[in-house]
Amino acid sequence: MASVEFKNVSKSFGEFNAVSNINLSIGDGEFVCLLGPSGCGKTTSLRMIAGLETPTSGQVMIGGDDVTYLHPKDRQISMVFQDYALYPHMNLADNIAYPLKVRGEAVAKRHGRAKEVADVLKIGNLMDRLPSQISGGQQQRTSLARALVYPSRVYLFDEPLSNLDAKLRLEARGFLNHLQRDMGMTAVYVTHDQAEAMALATRIAVMDQGKIVQYAPPIEIYRRPATTFVANFVGNPPMNLVPVDAIQGDGQLQLRAEGLAIGALPMSNGIAKALETGKTLTLGVRPEHLLIATEGSPNKVSGKLFANENMGPESLVTIERGDGARVTARIFTDDHIQLTEDVTLSFLAEHVHLFDSTGKRIPVDNEAPLA
Amino acid sequence: MKLTVPAFLGRMAFSALAALIGVVFALPLIWFLFAPFNARAELGLAIPNPWTLSNFFTVFENKFAMQALWNSLIQSVGGVILVGAAATLAAYALSRSSIPGKGAVTYVLLLFSSVVSGSAAMVPIFLIVSAAGLMDTHLAVILVFAGGLLPTAMFILRDFIDSIPKSYEESAMVAGASPVQAFFDVALPVIRPGIVVVVVWAFVNIWGSFLIPFILLRSDTNMPASVAIYSFYSEAGTPTVTLLAAYALIYSLPVIVLYLFVSWKFGFRFFGGIKA
Repeated sequence: MASVEFKNVSKSFGEFNAVSNINLSIGDGEFVCLLGPSGCGKTTSLRMIAGLETPTSGQVMIGGDDVTYLHPKDRQISMVFQDYALYPHMNLADNIAYPLKVRGEAVAKRHGRAKEVADVLKIGNLMDRLPSQISGGQQQRTSLARALVYPSRVYLFDEPLSNLDAKLRLEARGFLNHLQRDMGMTAVYVTHDQAEAMALATRIAVMDQGKIVQYAPPIEIYRRPATTFVANFVGNPPMNLVPVDAIQGDGQLQLRAEGLAIGALPMSNGIAKALETGKTLTLGVRPEHLLIATEGSPNKVSGKLFANENMGPESLVTIERGDGARVTARIFTDDHIQLTEDVTLSFLAEHVHLFDSTGKRIPVDNEAPLA
Repeated sequence: MKLTVPAFLGRMAFSALAALIGVVFALPLIWFLFAPFNARAELGLAIPNPWTLSNFFTVFENKFAMQALWNSLIQSVGGVILVGAAATLAAYALSRSSIPGKGAVTYVLLLFSSVVSGSAAMVPIFLIVSAAGLMDTHLAVILVFAGGLLPTAMFILRDFIDSIPKSYEESAMVAGASPVQAFFDVALPVIRPGIVVVVVWAFVNIWGSFLIPFILLRSDTNMPASVAIYSFYSEAGTPTVTLLAAYALIYSLPVIVLYLFVSWKFGFRFFGGIKA
C-alpha cells in the first residue's frame, strides 16, 4: 500500500481544461472518493494516477515516487473499469489470472491464485465460463477479482457499480466497504453517486469544473458543506437552498424570503464579514431537518403542496413557495401526517446553513472540529 | 382470412413475375453446375447424359492449367498476408493514437486506392514495376494488389477497431502488460473477426482479378488461373466449352471453401464489448 499525491496537476484536452491545478494528498490506507457531476475532471484525475493520461503540468506521486511519466505497467496499481473491460475471448480463470500471466507466473500457480480470489467473491464455480455467459453482477465481481489477484500499491475504481441494478449495487457497495476494512487498501474511487461516496470514503474530494471544491471526511462534507455546490450535491435529496435578503440591526440578523418566517439570528464575525460582499445570502436546510410545523414553531416555510412521495419509512413532501421555488422535506411516515393543500414546514435554528453571496459557507464563530 | 379475387390474382401475378426473374438469374448457375459433367457441353443448357468426370481428367492432365491454380494461390495468399498484417497494424495505430490529421490521411488514401489497382493507373504501374525489375514475378502482382487493397482494408478495420472500447488494452496495461503484450494478448483476439472479414475480401479480390496479372506477367509458368482460362480458347477465339466449364468450377471452389470455413470457424460475428 502507498500514498498518492497530486502536486499542482493540470490536464487540458486542446482548449478544454479537464483538471485545473489540483493539489490532493491521499494517505496510505485511505479510501478517497472523487465525487462530482459528469465532466468535472474526476475520471481524468483517476486516469492520471493510473498513467492512462499524462498531466499537462504538475506531478503525480505514488508512495513518494514521482510517477508522472511512468508507464501504467510499471506503477504496481490495479484498476476496476466502469465497463469492466473483461477480455471476451478468455474464460474467467484466464481473465482473473491475466495480471499474473504478464508477471510470468506458471499456469498452475496463477490459476490457483485466481481460484482463491474468485472463491472469496463467490464466482469460483464459473471459472470455465466466458464473460458473455455470466450476469452483470458476476462480471463486476470478475473485474474486481482481476484487480485483487496481485499485490498492488493503489486500487483505482472508475464508477465500478454504475452498470449494476439498484439491489446489486447496494450489495457490492457493502462488500467494497468490508474489503476496505479487511485489507486497509489505499483506494481512489470515482463516482457521481453521493451515497456511494458517503458510504465508502474515509475522505471525499468533491470536484466541480476541474477543481476540488472540498476535501474532507464524509461527515464534514455532510454537516459543513463548503459551498452551495457541495450542499446541493451531497444528501438525498440534496439540501434546500433559499436565497434570502439579510437585514442587519441590533446585533441581530433578519432573513427575508417569500413564504419564509425565521426568527432573528445572532450576529457573528463570519456573518459580518460575509455581508461586506453582498446582502443576499443563501439559507440552507436539509430535507431531513424539516418537520410539519406545529403551533409555535419559530422558523417556518410555507407553500402549496407540490408532491408527496411515500417511500415506506419516510415521505418526501415537496412544497412550492409563492415565487415558484420548491422545498423538499423528509418526513417520517410514523408521524401519521395529514396533508392539506397548504403546508407549513418548520426547522430548528441550529440546522440552518448560511452561505455568502458567492456561495461560500459562512462559518460559525469558534467552530469546533468534527470528531 | 379469405382473400378477395383481385387480391388473389395480384398475388399470383407477383409470384409468377418473381419466379421468372429468379429463373433468369438461376440459369447461368445451373449451367455452371451441369456443364462440367457433360462431355458434350455447349453454351446451351443441357442435362448431362451420361454424367461424366472426363472433362475434369482432361483439365487435371493440363500442366499449364494446374500450375496456374498454384500461381493463383501463391499470389492470393501472399497478398492476403501482406494486406492483413499491414492493415491491422496501420488501422490499430490510426484508431488508437492521436496523430493530427489521421482522418484526412485515411480518406485521401481511400480515394486514391481505387485508382492504384484500377485500369487508369495501368501504364504508370507497368512502368514502375518494369523499372523496379519486377516484371513477370509473383512479387509484382502481390505488391500492386497490396497497394490497391490496403487503404480500403485499413478503412474497414479502423472503423471496426474504433468500435472496440480502449479499456481492454488499458486494463491490460494497468495490470502490468507492455503495449505490445496488450496488443497481442487482448486487442488482436478481439479484432480478429474484423481481420477475417478483410482477409476474405482481399483473397476474393486477388483470386478473381484478371487485368493486373495479365499485364504484369509474361511467362506461362507465372500466370494465375484467371488468366489461364484464356488458354481454353481455340486460335480462332471460340471457347472449348467442356474444359472451360470444368476449370471454372475448380477455380471457384477455393473461394466457396474459404467462405464456408470462415463462417464455420468464426461465423462472421463480432464479440463486441460487454454492455459498455
